[in-house]
Amino acid sequence: MHIPDGFINVATAAGAGVVAASGLGASLRRTGRDLSERQIPFAGLTAAFIFAVQMLNFPVAAGTSGHLLGGSLAAILLGPWLGALAVSVVIFVQALMFADGGIFALGLNVLNMALVTALVGWGVFRSLVKVLPRKSSAVMIASMLAGAISVVASSLAFVVQYALGGEGGAPLRAVFQAMVGVHSLIGIGEGVITALAVGAVLAVRPDLVKGVSDLELPRLATAPSRRSIFAFVTTGLVTAVALVFLVAPIASGDPDGLERVAIDTGFIESAQEHPLGGPLADYGVSGIDNEETGTVLAGAIGVGATFVVGLIAATILRRRRSA
Amino acid sequence: MSGVHAHALHFHGHSLIHRLPAAVKLVGLLAFVVAVVATPAQAVWAFSGYTLILMVLLVLSEVPARFFLTRLAIDLPFIAFALLLPFVGEGPRVALGPLSVSVAGLLGAWNLIAKATLSAGASVLLAATTEVPDILAGLSRLRVPAVLVAIASFMIRYLEVVAGEFRRTRIAMAARGYQARSALDWKPVAVSAGALFIRSFERGERVYQAMLARGYDGNWRTGAHETIARSQWLAGLIPGIVAVAIMLASRLL
Amino acid sequence: MTQLSVSDLSFSYPDGTEVLKGLSLAIDPGERVGLLGPNGAGKTTLVLHLNGILRASSGAISLGGTTLSDQTVREIRRRVGLVFQDPDDQLFMPTVFADVAFGPANFGFEPGEVEQRVKGALESVGEWHLADRAPHHLSGGERRKVAIATVLASDSELLVLDEPTSNLDPAGRRELVALLSSLPTTQLVVTHDLPFVFELCPRSIIMDGGRVVADGRTGELLSDRQLLAAHRLELPFGFDPTNIASR
Repeated sequence: MHIPDGFINVATAAGAGVVAASGLGASLRRTGRDLSERQIPFAGLTAAFIFAVQMLNFPVAAGTSGHLLGGSLAAILLGPWLGALAVSVVIFVQALMFADGGIFALGLNVLNMALVTALVGWGVFRSLVKVLPRKSSAVMIASMLAGAISVVASSLAFVVQYALGGEGGAPLRAVFQAMVGVHSLIGIGEGVITALAVGAVLAVRPDLVKGVSDLELPRLATAPSRRSIFAFVTTGLVTAVALVFLVAPIASGDPDGLERVAIDTGFIESAQEHPLGGPLADYGVSGIDNEETGTVLAGAIGVGATFVVGLIAATILRRRRSA
Repeated sequence: MSGVHAHALHFHGHSLIHRLPAAVKLVGLLAFVVAVVATPAQAVWAFSGYTLILMVLLVLSEVPARFFLTRLAIDLPFIAFALLLPFVGEGPRVALGPLSVSVAGLLGAWNLIAKATLSAGASVLLAATTEVPDILAGLSRLRVPAVLVAIASFMIRYLEVVAGEFRRTRIAMAARGYQARSALDWKPVAVSAGALFIRSFERGERVYQAMLARGYDGNWRTGAHETIARSQWLAGLIPGIVAVAIMLASRLL
Repeated sequence: MTQLSVSDLSFSYPDGTEVLKGLSLAIDPGERVGLLGPNGAGKTTLVLHLNGILRASSGAISLGGTTLSDQTVREIRRRVGLVFQDPDDQLFMPTVFADVAFGPANFGFEPGEVEQRVKGALESVGEWHLADRAPHHLSGGERRKVAIATVLASDSELLVLDEPTSNLDPAGRRELVALLSSLPTTQLVVTHDLPFVFELCPRSIIMDGGRVVADGRTGELLSDRQLLAAHRLELPFGFDPTNIASR
């Protein structure tokens, strides 16, 4: 989903540009000296790899197809910062040399498709992989969820941007349903492919998977402790609840989000008072009791909650282990 | 998604536009796009102005219209999306033949189609008239961090190599009867993606050795920038400046 | 004075695999020497030692009297030009010109001098007209010649080529022989292509199991069927070095 120019107003696109630029700046600082020393060719080849893999269209339900975003895959393989840089470069090149995705919308696209996917994917992956048993099957489960959640998070980021400064007057709820609905399905594909690809690398060159570089997988493949099983179950449960929470509003309708949006125009009530293109204040004040915004917030909170719970579980577990 | 033909958008030529330094064209493109995006949808005259600017540039660039228009087709999925808007939009509705459409939605569709198409047209023109290494040099001139430019240059260099390896794998899979029909068929594709990553990474290791062998010491040396005369900046930015002026007028009127 | 001297070189990978086991050899200025041996003999590992990308656990390498060490590694890298097996690894820049300029720019030559060196190197391989092209648009033979130009541009005095004939068509191979025999630079050619070595290199060294097992005139080594068989080297069907005018 490359946002073209004109979809989102100037203020929001510029704001996203600033956020994306600081995200890239942070990534550059984090990768730091090590990057310029030896990792430039690796990052470049990974970017080429992601570009190639993005051509992979996979069938989703109801005749639609999605393609891999690759953000969480890059993050798991290279670490979140280098992964985000590699995907950002892909998006830059697509915009400048292939006219794919807007020029002024570059900030939006880098934010949604590189930074959000890489950081959310990495966060989910690391949270899970620390609490799951140290087995490659667990790494694959973590990769799958990281891939799936990162795509949904990316589509949510778009919905938030549309709420802040969307042009064209589509009702926010319709945008939410279409974007998050379709991307929940695409997310499943992304998750499965991410998991299988990570699994394939893990089988041959486990040293290349940055996300497990500190885990010493083979040695730790012993029986999991009762505590880690408990944590696994809790995290899995919370993730599932969050996913259901997210997908439920869409799943209740027609599985094909866009088509449903096109047919069903019956929910047009409250959005007049919701000036699209309005500033953040509007969104906050008049938004809470407004159904569309409520749904978006709910979705955002769902993903955020998963993330936070995973992190807390991981932190507790790490403390206990080191104690 | 575009295919992996690193030069699919490039049209070889030596026109005025081709010869303009890439940095100037990049700044001009950004100015043009910002102007287009910031224009109110009702200001139809402004969009006619932008279209005229783009057409003049197209003629000056000597890029054939047919070439330009087929490359512009990348815009199509969004036009499809925009065409839905009149049906899902809100507020007063008007009859359009047998259909009832929203006035706001109609305006929204026009807004998206006009802005996305004009901006994509400008991007296509840049890509058609600028060689990839020149775009990279232009970015580095515009102070894009050297590391990002370096990653991009490696990416572009190895795009076809990696995509070629991927294509060969998939041909080999197809030759043995593989065809993706449903979700159950993802596995071989994903596993081949994993294998492709390993090959890409190992090539990265060899490339790094080749860089060391030729004295790489961690400092990425970009070549000296060609100097851009002030007159080139001024001349090159005329279309962008005119677009911004139109935009300002459209917002004030 | 010898140009390259390798004495008692030993190397193991971190996983413990011993690849070089006390290897010694010497090459004189202006020589063209073939380095032959089966897969896994340690040829590529040796090549990566010659300009310090891999560092031996024991033994020494010296080039024209300069011993390879942390202090001299940059100088040695300039003087030893490695041409990698896959030109796609060697040519990593977006254009041929930028690629050939990479070495001289890193070795600190002035921009004007860099440009002259790029031109000189590309002209000496006959491919100056490719300067603005992208490497992936070149034919196999063109890539190989440009890869050689990338090291000539830094005035390397020893050229080390790893499998230079792989993926070349017969015409490309013939042009490569002509090019390499016209260069005055000392050359070490690692290859499985025995007729190529026979044509290009008067002297050959056979390596196996991390050691030198034979060193002598190429024609004599290639006529020794038992020696070749013992080290998994095979002449192409119908190729008989004794029938061809000996070098």
